[in-house]
This record gives sequence, C-alpha cells and structure tokens, in this order.
Amino acid sequence: MTKLLSEPGNPSSLHASGRKARRAVEESRERVARAVGCGSAEVVFTAGGTEANNIAVKGIAWDQRNKDPRRVRVVAGSTEHHAVLDPVRWLGDSEGFEVTWIKSDAEGKITPEALRDALGDNPNDVGLVSVILGNNEVGTINDIAALTAVTREFGIRFHTDAVQAPAWLDLNFSELGVCAMSISGHKVGGPHGIGALIISRDCHVTPLIHGGGQERDVRSGTLDAPAIVGFATALEITSARRSETVSRVAALRDDLVTRVMQIAPDAIYTGSKVDRLVNNAHFIFPGCLGDSLLMLLDAQGVECSVGSACNAGVPQPSHVLLAMGADDDAARSTLRFSLGSTTTQSDVDKLIEVLPSAIERAKRAGVPKLTTAPVRA
Amino acid sequence: MRVLAALSGGVDSAVAAARAVDAGHDVTAVHLALSRNPQSHRTGARGCCTIEDSNDAFRAADMLGAPFYVWDLSSEFQEKVIEDFISEYAAGRTPNPCLRCNESIKFEAVLERAMALGFDAVVTGHYAQIFQGENGPELHRAIDPLKDQSYVLGVLTAEQIAHSMFPLGDSTKVEVRAEADRRGILVAAKPDSHDICFIPDGDTAGWLSRQIESVPGEVVDAETGNKVGTHAGAHAFTVGQRRGLALGNPTGDGERRYVVDVDVKNNVVMVGPPVLLDIDLIETIKPRWSGPIPASGTRIHVQIRAHGDALPATLHIGDDDQVTIQLDDYLRGLAAGQAAVMYDGTRVIGSATVSRSRRSASV
Repeated sequence: MTKLLSEPGNPSSLHASGRKARRAVEESRERVARAVGCGSAEVVFTAGGTEANNIAVKGIAWDQRNKDPRRVRVVAGSTEHHAVLDPVRWLGDSEGFEVTWIKSDAEGKITPEALRDALGDNPNDVGLVSVILGNNEVGTINDIAALTAVTREFGIRFHTDAVQAPAWLDLNFSELGVCAMSISGHKVGGPHGIGALIISRDCHVTPLIHGGGQERDVRSGTLDAPAIVGFATALEITSARRSETVSRVAALRDDLVTRVMQIAPDAIYTGSKVDRLVNNAHFIFPGCLGDSLLMLLDAQGVECSVGSACNAGVPQPSHVLLAMGADDDAARSTLRFSLGSTTTQSDVDKLIEVLPSAIERAKRAGVPKLTTAPVRA
Repeated sequence: MRVLAALSGGVDSAVAAARAVDAGHDVTAVHLALSRNPQSHRTGARGCCTIEDSNDAFRAADMLGAPFYVWDLSSEFQEKVIEDFISEYAAGRTPNPCLRCNESIKFEAVLERAMALGFDAVVTGHYAQIFQGENGPELHRAIDPLKDQSYVLGVLTAEQIAHSMFPLGDSTKVEVRAEADRRGILVAAKPDSHDICFIPDGDTAGWLSRQIESVPGEVVDAETGNKVGTHAGAHAFTVGQRRGLALGNPTGDGERRYVVDVDVKNNVVMVGPPVLLDIDLIETIKPRWSGPIPASGTRIHVQIRAHGDALPATLHIGDDDQVTIQLDDYLRGLAAGQAAVMYDGTRVIGSATVSRSRRSASV
C-alpha cells in the first residue's frame, strides 16, 4: 500500500503506470473475493461501508421498481445502522416508497417469523429487504441464511450490512443467499474511506454516482489503488488469523463481562449471549448517563462508546435499544466496550479498576430528563 | 483544579479556557448544544450552536489539549429559556433570556453536572471578575465597560460564584482578540454574538407573533380611559415603546404617545404622554443574592438593562423578603419582567425581577 502511494498511476489509464495500478486493483479484488466467498467480478469497491449501503439500498430499490412498478415497498430491520436506516427513511420520505420496519426481539435479533410478519399478505410489492448481519451496537448476529430462505420464496432481493462481521466471522457471500453485502476496510484494520459492495452477477443496481463507468458502471470515480491494496491485505490477514484472534478476544470479553457484572450487579448485559460478535460487550448501567460514563472513563484512559460512534456529538437514545424494548432512559444509559485484536488482559484490568468510581460519579450526575421524543425506526 | 470549560466556538470562551490551562488547571472542554435543530453555518453575528460553532469549539479544545465533549442541553434550554421567554411575553412581561440561561442552564444544569462528575469549577468567557472578599467570593464588574457582563450574571448565587471562573474580567475585548490571534485560535476574528441566540434573524416581534396567538384589542388613553385605537396583539408591545402604535389621530395637543402599560389579561394597551413613564419605585419578585443579604436601607446602584446606566437608589427589604428599590431620580420606561441587578460599587449584590414600577409619593 505504502509503495503504491508514491506511484501516481490511475487504474483506468492505459499507459504503463495505469496498467500497474490496474493490476494491483484487480489482484486486490481477487483477494477480497477469496476472503468473503464471492467471485471477483462481484466486488465493487466503494469509499466505505456507508457508501456501499447507500448504493445497495437505493440502487436495488430503484432498479426493482423500474422493472416492476408494483415493487414499491422497502423492508428493513429496526436495528439497522444509520447507513441503512437513513437511506431507507429517505426512500420513504422523498422517493415515494413504502417502508416497513421488521420488529426486533429483546436480544436485538431479526427472526424469520418477524420478517414474514413484515412482508405481510402482499410480499410481491417488496423490492428490497435489508437486514444487518452483526449489529454495530449490541453485537447480535442475525441468521441471514435463514432470512434469505424466506425472501427466496417470493423472489425478493436481499441486502445485508456486514460491515461489523468479517473481523470475527468467516463470511461466505454465496452461502448467505443475499444478492448484496456491504463491507468496510477500517473494520478489519485496513484504511478508512475504502470498502466494497459485493453484488451478485444477476443483481442490478441503479447507480447513485454517474461518470466514467468504473466498477461495472455501479460506482463511477477514479479508484483509490493504495487504499484498495491496504483493504485487501488487511482482510487477508484478518482471515488468516481469525480463529486465533476470536478465541483470545472471546476469553477477554467473557472475563470483562463477568467482572463488570460483579462490580455493577444492577447492570444489564444486553443482546444475545450466544449469537454475538465476540468483541462486543454492551451494557445498560441504570441511572448513569452513557455520556457521563464515557467522559469519566476517557479521563482515566479507557476509550469506549455510547451507542454507535456515528451518533457521537449530540447523544440521542439509541434506536437499537428502543427497538429491543428498552425505555428512553435505559436507551441513554448504555455503554459499549469493543475489543480488538490488539486488546490485552491489562486493558480489561484497567477498565475494571476505574469503572466503579465512574459508575458512582455518573449516578450522582443522574440522567437528565428527555423532553423531545426520541427517533425510532 | 479540575475545571470544565464551556466552549461556545467563539473567541472569548476559547481564550478563557486557554488562560485556565496556562494557570495550571486540568481543563476539560464541553460545547453546549442548546438548539434542537442546529443550522450548519452561522450567518453573521446572530444565532448560536451551529455545527460550525461546534467544530470551532472542538478545534479550540484540541489546540489546548483538552478533551472535548458535546453536552445536549437542548431540552432544558427549550423548557427553561425559550418557553419561559414565550410565557413571560404572553403574560405581558419583558424577560431577559440570557439571564435565564445563566441561571438555569450554564450555572445550574451544567455546573451541577460538572460537580457531580468530579469537577471543581466551571470556566466561561464571560466578562466579569471574581475576588475573594471577607464574606467569600465576590462577583464584580469587568474592567472593560463595553463588555462587562456582570448584569447577566447577577442571578448567580454565592455558591455558584464559588465554583465559577471568569478569566477574562481583567481584560478588554481588544486584548482578548489580540491574544486569540497570538495563540493561533482560528476564531480570533469571529464576530461577537448579539441579540437573542434562538431568534437568528433578530426579529423578536415577528418570532413572538408566530409563538403567541395574537388577539386584536383596544389601545386606551391611560389618562382619560378613552379608546384611541386598536392593536393586533398586546404581547407585541413593551412599556416605553412608541413605534408601531399606529394611532391615526393621536391627541389634541399633538404630544407623542407611548405605551405606558400592557394589560394582557384584558388585552388592552395603555398609552399616554412620556411623563407617565417616569417611575422611581421598583417592586420586585424572586430576589437572588450573590453574597450576604444586605440590610434594608442600604444605598445601592441598580441597573435594569444589559448595557444600561447604574442608577443610584436605596434598597428596602420587607418582612416578607419583598425587595423594593427606591430610585433617587425618575427613570423613564421600565417593563415588568426586566431584571434589576443591584451593585455596591463594582460588586454585584444580587438581582430581582421587576414585577411592577410606579411613581412614589415621596419624590
């Protein structure tokens, strides 16, 4: 990647430098394809997960409605990341689509039964179903293959936001039964600003970005060859080390959860205990504003998140927690500890050391009342 | 000390925080999100809490090496400042929302939360000074009379003052801007904010007319009791106002008519000659003391506007703690709802809200 940064070749150019960059991109495409179990022609590079989600959600919904004007409905999980939630809302608000949100269970899981309920009596008007693979807030893993078994009956296109997944799960695009899947570089230790939408050959999308026709005409724009190489390399390394990393991180996470619950017996460990990303430990600390805890722990050198990082700034109750049935106060009293491949036992020990005083102070500061209605999916 | 610096994204709060860092304090920065629907950019000197302001605040905190957080106080601000502002106007009073914000948001909600989280004080870019006096910390005017903000801090209690820091009180605005420039603070040239932050276009009457139902009523001559005109809604009028009355054929003597009273209950605007506006006795409610409660009969100066003159007066405190202020000379035009901030020289004694003003028999 660093080598390519000093080489100016545009992968779309025909001269020698361009060909060299093109080769790096195409080799990376093959490496990405191998890592996620798809064909290399199915990899469309994007500027990250959000862009991949936008292309999939809008592009497939538009394409399906163009082909069959009855398909005016988009169905999505109520626990989606904002990069799916907001494009779906926008399709409803500005593009004349009907939107149906699939109910989550108390663990943050979207079940095949809930999907059937959302499809309702008239599944033929649905152009797209989108359900997140591994939830970014509470870590719950959805059984995408079981969900696509439902949509297959009706020939409905299915997209999954798998941005959180490849670091911890052995993804196989073809086995999931989806027609589109979003992944992102920075979630596997690669560069920010690079990602991919995996699109099956028979799945068409109406492009959002028009121009030079790069990436199967789906995503025009000069390719960022160094970032693409960095992404592919990170994905490859992640895959190679996955089984070792997963068992180590799972042990650390379980230790963290056990000790947090000892310190704060009133805390609620949210989400699924079984089908869960191994790096995720998400809690509700009753009576503590998540923001207060974050600030107090940050001052002690412990970095964690309230809800999802994209919400940072002005905190709102998490729509994921609300979808799981939490009340407004509980949905603002959350804290997520995400572990990574570099997390060590001493990191966990440090958290356990400083957490009790942070909880005590945060409780004293209390949870200010909320007078605005929170936004739900 | 562990101090929490409230950064607005402007010059003053950034320099105040920088001075707190220089003084050796452990500074953490917060930006208060007060607007529910922040605009992305400022348009001139008005408005607040835009995303641009938040970014400016972040850059300033980052320069100082201070951790930066955004605290969402938009609900509190809506309830305690904006809705209070509307209901006060609807009741025919003329409130000062900046005072209310300092009282309920900056030095109550923020300070309380800061103390609970383990901070010792809150530092802001207000122009005022705190000195240690015999009876504890004293709030004093800033040295720059053009920027002095002790008036809008007159609602602070002794306890709140004890946990506040105003590092800019001994400087002029010119010095602070030069210092911001020297320190490389990017917002050094950003215009000062003016007016009411939640009314970005500055049209208070227009904004209020969208919040409060306007019911047309009568304009009545205060001396004769005769109807002399009509108005579109009493809340749009403030005591002392002359423009906007639209009295077609005013008076026989041709003298100008002013609003001398607004009776919201009966939806009547009373007008009269300017002499009726001259008052010297101010009755108040809700006194807040910045230090020990003074004795009744104490000679004071009172200020009734943010940049008004300090008027010599005598303070009377009744048995029921009712605060009455007897001015030495007549004052023209004082509306209920305005804050009367009391001074002993440069020291703030306290403040109270004007409930009624009139002419006493004694002058």
